[in-house]
Parts: sequence; structure tokens; C-alpha cells
Amino acid sequence: MSAPATLPWFAAHEFRLAWRDWLAMTTGGRKVRSVVLVVVLGLFYLGLHLLAYALLAPWVSQGIAPDKATLVMVTGTGFLFWTVMLSQALESVTRAYYSRSDLDLILSSPASSASVFAVRTAATAFATVLLACLLASPIINVLIAYEGPKWLSAYGVLAGFGALAAAISVLVTVGLFRTIGPARTRLIAQIIAGIVGAGFVIGIQAVAILSFGNMNRFSVLQSPEFIAGTPDLANPLWLPARAAMGDLAATLLVLVIGLGALSLVIRATSAGFAQHAIAAAGVSATRVQQSASTRPFRKASQRHALRVKEWKLLLRDPWLLSQTLMQILYLFPPALFLWVSYGQSAGTYVVVIPVIVMAAGQLAGGLAWLAISGEDAHDLVVTAPIHPRAVLIAKIEAVLCSIAVVFAPILLFVAIASFELAWITAVFLAISAGSATAIQLWFRVPMRRAMFRRRQVASRTATISEALSSIMWAGAAVLVAGNQLLAILPAGLAVIVLIVAWALSPKGKRV
Amino acid sequence: MPSPDYALAISGLRKSFDRPVVIDLELTVKAGEFYALLGPNGAGKTTILRMVAGLLKPDAGAISVYGIDTARDPIAAKSIVAWVSDEPMVYDRLTPLEYLEFVAGLWRIDAREAERHSNELIDWLGLRPHANERCGGFSKGMLQKVALAGALVHNPRLIILDEPLTGLDAGSARQVKDVLKQKVAAGVTVIMTTHILEVAERMAERIGVINHGRFVAEGTLAELRARIGRETTLEEIFLDLVAQKEADLAAVA
Repeated sequence: MSAPATLPWFAAHEFRLAWRDWLAMTTGGRKVRSVVLVVVLGLFYLGLHLLAYALLAPWVSQGIAPDKATLVMVTGTGFLFWTVMLSQALESVTRAYYSRSDLDLILSSPASSASVFAVRTAATAFATVLLACLLASPIINVLIAYEGPKWLSAYGVLAGFGALAAAISVLVTVGLFRTIGPARTRLIAQIIAGIVGAGFVIGIQAVAILSFGNMNRFSVLQSPEFIAGTPDLANPLWLPARAAMGDLAATLLVLVIGLGALSLVIRATSAGFAQHAIAAAGVSATRVQQSASTRPFRKASQRHALRVKEWKLLLRDPWLLSQTLMQILYLFPPALFLWVSYGQSAGTYVVVIPVIVMAAGQLAGGLAWLAISGEDAHDLVVTAPIHPRAVLIAKIEAVLCSIAVVFAPILLFVAIASFELAWITAVFLAISAGSATAIQLWFRVPMRRAMFRRRQVASRTATISEALSSIMWAGAAVLVAGNQLLAILPAGLAVIVLIVAWALSPKGKRV
Repeated sequence: MPSPDYALAISGLRKSFDRPVVIDLELTVKAGEFYALLGPNGAGKTTILRMVAGLLKPDAGAISVYGIDTARDPIAAKSIVAWVSDEPMVYDRLTPLEYLEFVAGLWRIDAREAERHSNELIDWLGLRPHANERCGGFSKGMLQKVALAGALVHNPRLIILDEPLTGLDAGSARQVKDVLKQKVAAGVTVIMTTHILEVAERMAERIGVINHGRFVAEGTLAELRARIGRETTLEEIFLDLVAQKEADLAAVA
């Protein structure tokens, strides 16, 4: 047992909290037998390995030579992965400053705030590395199985780059605190996290669309022109890729750089943590002046009042907007693809339809949760003289109108090229959004809007059903667009998903 | 058919969660009366009031508000009732004026009348300097005043308040009490739960004390004093009655 208020003591405290938090996230707060949990997670993990094997087998079976093409592919894929790590680290670091759960207690105690910060930053780095390892391990393990234990060093590379991502995240957050102040730091940091997470994927996809006319992001990394244009094999750019492929000296260097950068950043910034955290705490007490309204109260029906309220709350919540930004960002490549393919045969548009239909489903799910479950004045709405069904209809209308506003310009693009495809996209977009909304409706549980991040924990069934139905409707849409009768299969599966979700929904407990 | 002379008539009300919380409760509150419902934590006060407001469904029994059966015609009942809980039901990102416009929309109040009344309430509750600020940074007292304005904007005939003074400073508490007094003077019925017994002692015309989901005693302050047989404060009466009930239950067990 370590001495109280020391670094190891705080580390043990953080570890206990993180463990319980993870357990609550995994089990949704319900008592689940740990054996069941281990079996389910084990099966899922095994499934990921099978998927990795299917993806890598054609490449690995020919043997992996450390040539330029391989280095480009490993570096590109690794960078793609690192942007996701950086995005996650940025979000976690911001949370360390703004989460008030126990900061008031710790900061008001005689314990060193620098120790708290050091532990929390290290925990962020650790969590980032752990998640990255977990996600990358199926690929790395398949490579180890085929190519030998030299690929174990890829884990070392992940650790080094995870630490580097945490260090950069701290620097960005502190930099934002100093330049734009605590009131805007959280939002901007989250927008940066969203853009960083999606930026490289979207960027490389955009290049693929503009250069190769398809949406396969690996087209760029595999193109001979691109490979030829990259630096020669001796260039330090390839160091991380070499490290991942078993070069021990390179692995050591990556680890030293990553961990060294993290230690330096923690040393340099930990003293100011308390100051920044206190400044962040003051943000919640800051009042936002709305432009003084001179317009008279508008005559509105009950449903319209509810719709307008939903839209106002959504538009005035930049944090929620940034949460949905990621989903909208991913629409950029299909939109670009449409623009590039404008005037070509209608066949090319088939590629973008599933993306649009899936994105609509996911966005509708998020918005529907906010409108239906995330009602901050639940008692007020329930005690109002309005039929509960009318409340739900108004909220659904608010969600579907928002979806229409987001997707109308893209549908317009499709319509200019092919009215028939636009019609098919619109129908399946509406079905996908409607299905996601229906699932949120069946699984509604009153929660604060601030719990948006945790909505997936509220019901795993709802989350999985929502994702599955969006995927199935996207599949059906693309098959209908291709005049294939096989569309009945994914459409039927989507209907089954909805029926199962409805059957599993807690009907008696809905409010 | 319950008499419309009663603002609230409850008969045979029952509600259980994992244990019985409200047991065969009978209660009538006259129109224009200020009624205080007291009880220790977990006695069932909030559950009773939430059933009256339509936030919980009773397992059994009937509730009528000004003669309207809340189970048969909940919309009509809700249109004359206002509910104020200890946790203000306010949106962080709306200003008080926008919030009142929204509430007026839900209660289908004429827009011009709602605007006039909202501005009156904003002034009355001292919210004018903050009328165009979002509620997000407001103190608990200010939020509670916004919630109270929301409850009053549709001119309810019955106001139900669950611990409305919890966490309020002296000034805010005084403003809320003044508003309630004026409403009662204007003929509105107020039913309130509170742990601040001095408030109940000074403001309530009748007081009900419940424990373990049943009434322990009910009546005016004078009647309650007579019941325990000495001239004392409501706090003493309350503690005596609750202790008596606990002793009775212990004896039965």
C-alpha cells in the first residue's frame, strides 16, 4: 500500500476508478456474470482476428519484403491509426480539465495538483495505447503468426506513439487555454479531435477520388506514382515502419522519443494544471448573453413549440454539434465523389448511396436520443396538457426535419445526375433515419442531455440494433440502385433487426 | 363524482415500488387553501405529489383536481395544474423569456397574453436583468425562480411544489414565499412539501404529516397541537408524531 497523496497512491486511485468505469460501460450498469462477459468479449476478439486474417492473407502469403511499397503502406496505415489515437487522447486530456467529478475535492485538499495531473495524463496515454493495442492486435497477431515474433515490436511502436499523442494533446490543450481561454477550449479541442480523427481518412479518400476516381483510401498508398514520389529507403520517415517490422534499434528510438516527450510535457505543464482546472470550473458559472429579443412571442401550436425548442437547444450546444460533426465530416468524400463524377454514368453514384444512407441512420439515432431521451425538463413536458403521443410526434418531426436539412443538398447533387438514384437514396435515407429514430423511441429512458456520450451504455441492444439497421438499409439501397433482386435480403434482415429490437425493448418501463 | 369545491380529492391511493410507498391515502384540499405536506425522508410525499401531477401512475385509487378525474381526462387536469420540483426543470441554453414562451406554447396560452404575463413574472421575481441571459450559468435560486415563473405563466388553479425552497438564499426564499402568498390570496390552491417547518407553520392553513405512506395526523396547527396536548412549535409536533408512529410500528413488529 503506497503512502497517501503520492504519485503511486493517485495512480492506484485512478486505476480503480477507470476499472469500475470500464466495467460499468461494458455491462451497462447491470450485474452480468463475469464469465459471460469474458466469453462474449473473447468471441468478439476472435472474430476480429478472423477478419484481420481475411484482409491480410493475400498480402502476407506472398511474404512481406521491407521494400518501399511495404514501407509506404505500413507508414500510411500507421499514420491513419495514430490520428485516431491523437483524436482520442485530445478528448481525454480535455476531459481531465473539465470533468468536475472529483477535482473540487482534490484541488481543495493539501495534495499536490501536479501529481494528480501527472497521473491523469499518464492514464490518458495508457488508455490510448491500450485501446490502440486492442484494435491493432488482431492485425499484429496475424502478422506475428505468419512472419514471426519480430512483429511484436509493433506493440512498442504503438506505446511510443500513444505517449507522443498524449504529449501533443496536452500541449494543444494548454496552448488553447492560454490563447483562447477556458470558455472555448473544450469546444475547439473537441472540434480539433474530430477533424484530426477523420481528417486523414477523409483527406486520403479525397485524393483517391480526385486521382483515381474511387473511394478506396488505399488506392493512393498503392499507386506506383505515389510510391515513386516518396523519399528513399534511408529516409528517417520510414523509421516507425521499420520499427514496427522488427528493427529493435528503431523501436527503442520510437519509445524513447514518445515517452521522453510525454515526461517533458508533464514536467513542463503540470504546475499550471490547478490553475487551468480552476479556470475551467469557472466556465460553468459564466452566463451567456443572448441578443436581447425584441420580437413578440409567436403564436405556436404545442408541437411547434416543442420542435422549435429542440432546434434551439441543438443549435446552441456547440459541444453536441461537434459530437455530430464527425458523422457529417464522413459525408465529405461521397459528396466530393458526386461532384467529381457529375456528368458521368449513373453507375458511379451507386458507391455513395450506402454511405449516405448509413450516415443518415447514425445521425438520426444521435439526434433522436437527444430529442426523445435527453430531455432536461422531462417533468415539465410530462405535466403539460399535451398528449404524450403528440410530444413524441413533435420530437420525431424535429429530428427528421434536421436530417432533411443536412441531407437535402447531397440529394440535390444526386438528383442533378440521376433522378431515379436520388429517389432511391431519399427513400432509403428516410427509412434508415426512421428506423434509428424508432429504435431510440422504443428504448427511451429519461436522461440529461449532458449524458449524450454515455447514451450507448444505456442500452447495448439499441446501439447494436441502430448500427445494424443502418448497415442493412444501406446494403438494400445499393442493391436496389443496381436493380438487384437480392436487395430483399438486407431489407428483410433490417426488418428482422427492427422486430427483434422492438421485442427486446422495455415496453412496460417507458416514460 | 368528486365535488369541484375541492381543489384536490384523493381516495384510496396506493403506490408500490419495491415496497409499498403510499398506502390507501385519503386527502382533500379545499380550493384556495395553502396545504403543507410534511414527513421524514422516504415517507412518500414526493410520490403522492408526482401522482397528482401525472408524473407517476397510481397502482390504485382516484385523484381528482377541481372535479376532473386525472385518470379519465389527464389533459384537462394538467391544464390547470402546475408542478414545481426541488430540481428546477429549466433548459440551460434557453433564456428565461424563451423558456416562458416555450411553456406558454405547451399550455396553449395566447401569445400576446403569455408575453405580457411573462414580463410581469420576470419583473415580479427580479429576473429582469437576466431575462436575455441563458439559464446555464444561473444560481440555484435563479433557476428556481425561472421554474416558478414557468409554473405561473399559465395561471394554474392548483400549484404543487416539492421542496421549492431547498438551497435557496434568504432573499430568493422570501420572494418565492411572497409569490405563493399572493397566489393563495388570489384564490389559487397551493400544496407544498417542505422540510423547513417554520415555513409550513407560518404559511399553511392545514398541515398533513405522513410517514410510511400513511397519514399520521392532519389538520390546522391548532388541531395538531391539541392532538399532542401541548402548546409547542410545529417542529416539536412533527418530531413527536413521527416518533409515535415509529414506536407503533416497532411494537407491531
